[in-house]
Amino acid sequence: MSDVHDNDNDDTARPVSTVRDSGTDAPGTTRTGTDLQTRRAPVPDRFEDPGLPPHRPRMADTDVAAAKRAERQVAFLFFLSIVGTVLTIVGYFAVPLRDETDAGRVLLSNILLGTGIFLTLFGIGTGAVHWAKTLMPDHEEIDERHQIEGGPQEQAEAVGILSNGIEDSGIGRRPLIRNTLVGALALAPLPAVVLLKDTGPNPEGVLAETLWQADTRLVTDPTGTLIRAEEIPIGGVVHVQPEGIEESSHFLDEKAKAAVLLIRLEPDEVAPEALAGSFAGIVAYSKICTHMGCPVALYEQTTHHLLCPCHQSTFDVLQNCKVIFGPSDRPLPQLPIDVDGDGYLVATDGFAEPVGPSYWEREQDLRRMTEES
Amino acid sequence: MNAVLRHRRHPLALVVLLLGGLLVAGMAYAAVVPTRAQASEATGEDQIALGEQLFLANCSTCHGTDGAGGYENANGRVAGPSLIGVGAASVDFQVGTGRMPAQASGPQIQKRDPQFSLEETRAMAAYVATEFGPGPGIPDEEYLDPANGDVAEGNELFRVNCAMCHNFAGSGGALTRGKYAPSLMGVEPVHVYEAMVTGPQSMPVFSDDTLTPQQKNDIITFLDYVENTPSAGGLSLGSLGPVGDGLFIWVVGITGLIACAVWLGAKSS
Repeated sequence: MSDVHDNDNDDTARPVSTVRDSGTDAPGTTRTGTDLQTRRAPVPDRFEDPGLPPHRPRMADTDVAAAKRAERQVAFLFFLSIVGTVLTIVGYFAVPLRDETDAGRVLLSNILLGTGIFLTLFGIGTGAVHWAKTLMPDHEEIDERHQIEGGPQEQAEAVGILSNGIEDSGIGRRPLIRNTLVGALALAPLPAVVLLKDTGPNPEGVLAETLWQADTRLVTDPTGTLIRAEEIPIGGVVHVQPEGIEESSHFLDEKAKAAVLLIRLEPDEVAPEALAGSFAGIVAYSKICTHMGCPVALYEQTTHHLLCPCHQSTFDVLQNCKVIFGPSDRPLPQLPIDVDGDGYLVATDGFAEPVGPSYWEREQDLRRMTEES
Repeated sequence: MNAVLRHRRHPLALVVLLLGGLLVAGMAYAAVVPTRAQASEATGEDQIALGEQLFLANCSTCHGTDGAGGYENANGRVAGPSLIGVGAASVDFQVGTGRMPAQASGPQIQKRDPQFSLEETRAMAAYVATEFGPGPGIPDEEYLDPANGDVAEGNELFRVNCAMCHNFAGSGGALTRGKYAPSLMGVEPVHVYEAMVTGPQSMPVFSDDTLTPQQKNDIITFLDYVENTPSAGGLSLGSLGPVGDGLFIWVVGITGLIACAVWLGAKSS
């Protein structure tokens, strides 16, 4: 059984006992407490095969009653599977889900089908395993490992088959065929390159641009009603989106960038740098977290903190949405607002920087936006 | 009687006796416990006079007799906020949910059993509304009935305006530094409405202009639907989202899988 082991290093193979006495200085050996100077626990070159543990008969092997019991257990598990199958089919027809609107009936159906399918599969699986473990023969059998490499004769045969194939195809004698085949193979991947072109071009600036621009009016999300400044009490918030966003070709994409939170503070609480873009204490900030893009909308009226629910980035509205806690790196961009001639809140400009988290081209986009304004 | 007594040594006799005792005690308690006054009958000056009495006795220590809140006294600054212009809705919410009178100071005033009857609460609300300037009033019954709202509209409004703090199923969530958005399950529609219109504690204000009374009614309808609809998926685990679900599957699910693996690998005895 150990002929595989002995193939490569017959000369070093020694019984373990001789290695232990030779006191070799194998690296990584540890010193024993009793004899530090001379005796180190030696690492043998090879470990002796401990062999298999002695065969221990199972209860079902020796006791007829135990074998009978195991048989009944396996049969019970298979029977459980049958019950599960019946339950699934009965459950499917007894609780029909077509046009069902009652959540309680849906729940009942889910429980019946789920339990039924679970019993069906679990009964067969556990029954088979239990059968194999308790009743099927458990004599240890040894499959010898053989060398993967073939003998010289097999190797020569394989080489012969290959060279015969090359000879028969005549590729060496017909260079025209060989060269056109090489050319065809080299050109075959080109259509993929042409087709992949369709994934481009790089949609430049699409992440930086939102639907907000000068004179875009603010409407409530999701109802789309225009907002008057006096409708927002101090301490009040309104979730807003740009007017006409529903008509844009990619409504949800646009909404994911343009979501804005409107907050009314006491007019003297507004940060000096946010004052120009505010109206009578009303400030508007992008709702998209500058960390990972979650909607930051947990506004605490008393502390004026805006909390992002994903990673707890906290922005202080009184300090122009400066980051005061969490992994976020940049303040939330402010949307400059004012009231128009009809008294409705309106954006006086788009965002001055790309909203949301960082991306590869953000620096370029930011530079372009700064130059344009 | 004898037929019953014959079973008195049966193992289940004790259980039956205990259940019977609990039932009688519960029914007796229900019969004796005072029911909450249904509606405030006292109106006008009588009500305001009662409200003033209650306010001076229970609220003025912190909010001041003039309702202006935080003032200096011999013991230092008293921290009660001003009640100027908070309106009747705010008083009805704070006292009606038991948040006021406050049990203890802390990051957030806790909800508990209300300390005053509805009549007393409404009297204080009327007093505060007339004495300390007008504010949002107690909402109209018309907008509090879950039957009058649209559950789909309510769901959309809830997702945009409320879900980020109160969780998608209204089961509440954490805020910063020990504050939290409470669960909305089991909250009276009138208190849901009043909370939106007054913005208690950390909650911002959702005025009737930007979130119309009908839209608030839709949200009430949605909350009623969530509360009274069983979870179609089975165990909702408190609808806490991925954290609760993850904890469950890592503890129960993975343990089950490990148990199966151990059983598969173990030799039969």
